[in-house]
Amino acid sequence: MSENVYILGIDMLKFGKYPDRTFAQLGGEAALLALDDAGLAVHDVQALYCGSVFGAYDMTGQAIMREIGQTGIPVTNISNACATGASAFREAWIAVKSGLYDVVLAVGVEKMPRGMLGAGHETGIPLEGLFGSASMPAVFAESGMEHAGQYGTTFEQFAKVSVKNHHHSTMNPKAVYQKETPLEEVMGSEMIAYPNTKLMCSVNVDGAAAAVVVSEKKARQLGLTRAIRVLASALASDPWNPRNPIMPDVNGCTRLAASSAYEQAGIDPRDVSLVELHDCFATAELLHYENLQLCGLGEAGRMIDDGVTALGGRVPVNVSGGLLSKGHPLGATGIANMYEVALHLRGEAGARQVRGARVGLTHVVGLGTAAAVHLFEKA
Amino acid sequence: MTQVDAVAPRPALPWIRLDGPEPFVEGRLCRACGARTAATRLACPACGARDSIETYRAPTTGRLHAYSIVRRSYPGVPVPFVSAIVDLDDGLTLKGNLINVAPEPGALRIGMPVRMVFGDALGRTDKDGASYVAFFFEPSA
Repeated sequence: MSENVYILGIDMLKFGKYPDRTFAQLGGEAALLALDDAGLAVHDVQALYCGSVFGAYDMTGQAIMREIGQTGIPVTNISNACATGASAFREAWIAVKSGLYDVVLAVGVEKMPRGMLGAGHETGIPLEGLFGSASMPAVFAESGMEHAGQYGTTFEQFAKVSVKNHHHSTMNPKAVYQKETPLEEVMGSEMIAYPNTKLMCSVNVDGAAAAVVVSEKKARQLGLTRAIRVLASALASDPWNPRNPIMPDVNGCTRLAASSAYEQAGIDPRDVSLVELHDCFATAELLHYENLQLCGLGEAGRMIDDGVTALGGRVPVNVSGGLLSKGHPLGATGIANMYEVALHLRGEAGARQVRGARVGLTHVVGLGTAAAVHLFEKA
Repeated sequence: MTQVDAVAPRPALPWIRLDGPEPFVEGRLCRACGARTAATRLACPACGARDSIETYRAPTTGRLHAYSIVRRSYPGVPVPFVSAIVDLDDGLTLKGNLINVAPEPGALRIGMPVRMVFGDALGRTDKDGASYVAFFFEPSA
C-alpha cells in the first residue's frame, strides 16, 4: 500500500467544439500533455482508466493507447454520468493506493451530442411535458426552487452565480467563453426553465483532461516540486430519500461524499482554500455551498450576496469559470476540475490565482446518482 | 358492417391503475419501515426488507414541493408548462404538470395545496393507435 498518492502531471485541452477530432485524439492529446507535465513517457504508465459517457461503449481508452503507444497495459473504460472523470481518477487513485501500481493514467474525454440532455420513455408515448419535465435545466431548477421554498433563495441570487463564474472565466484561456455577463443580462437572457435562464445553464462542449497518478515511492524518486498530494477521494451513490428519484436528489450523495472526504483528510471545511464544484446549472451551485459545508444550511444565498465565493473572497468557488462558462464535457469535467485546483496549489494560475491556496476541493455529481469529492494539497 | 375495435386507453405510467371505477395511482408501502414509492422494487429501498411491500391506493391531495416553469423543452413539446413536484398527503411524491394556473412565478407558491386529476395524455398515442391516461395537478384552494 502506498502511504500517499500524488498527481505528478495534469493538463486539459481548451474546452470547445472539436467536430473533426475523435474521442481518442482528444483523450490522447490530453494524456500526452499530462505525461509531459509529469516528465514521464507512455512506457512508464502501468494502467489506464478512461472516463467517457458517450465514448465508453466504444472502448475509448484502448483507442487512446493506439494514439499514444500500445504497450499492452490494462485499460478500463468508465461511465458514471457527470461523475465519470472523477470516477476514473478515483479508480487510478485506488490502483496506486493499493500498492499494485506506481504510475497510473486517468483520462476524461467527451464529445457531446447537441441539444438538451434528459428525457426518457416509461411507456409507449413520450413523457416530456406530460409529467413535468425531465430536461436537465428543469430538474435542476426544481432543486433550486426546493431551496427557495425552504430558505427564501431568490432568482437574483441564483443568477449572481452565473455573473461570478462568467467573470472568473475571463481570466481562463482554457474556458470556452471569456465574456462578462452582468446581472441584467443573465436574468434577461432566454428563460429555459424558471429560474434557470440560458446563461444559467452549463455550456455543451467537447473536451479532455488527464492526470498522472503516482505512488509515494515514485513521487520521491521523481521529485515532489510540483506534486499534488491527494488528501481524500470519496464517491457516493444516492442514499434513500423519499422523493428520489421522482425528484432526483443531488444533495444527499454530495453530503455523503463530502463528509467522507473531510474525514479521510482529517481537515475542517474551513481549511479549504478554493473549490471547483458542479455548477451544471446556476441553481445547483448554491445548494452545494451547503452540501460541501462551506456554509450552514440556508446560508448559501447570503454567501453569494456577500462575495465570499468570488475570487478574492474567503473561499473562491469555480475560479475556472465553472461548468457555466468553462464548459461541461461530461466525462472530462471531473479531471478538468482537478487541473484547476492543481494550478492554484502550484501557484501557476496566472491572473486568477487564489493567493495562498493550500487545500483545494473538487466536486462533481451526476444524476442517477453519483457524487465525487476530492481534496488536494501541495506536496 | 365491420368495425375496428377501439384500442382501450392505456396507463401513461406503470403506477397508474385503470381497472377500477376511476383511475388511481397505486403506491407501494413498506410494512417494515413505512417508506413509500410509486415504482416497484425488489426489496425496500429505504430499509432493505424483503417481502415487506404492499400496494395501496394513493390519495389525490397534496402540496406543491417544488416546480419549474418550462419555456424551452425538446423539439415538438408544447411550452410553457409548469413541471411540479408534489408531496401527496401520505408522503408519496409524484411529478406532473401543474395545470389550471398561470405559468408565472407570481401565481405559484411552494407549499400550495393541489389535487390530482386524471385525463387523456394530451392526445399522445402509440404505434398501435392507443390513447393514454395521465394524471395532472391543479390548485385546490
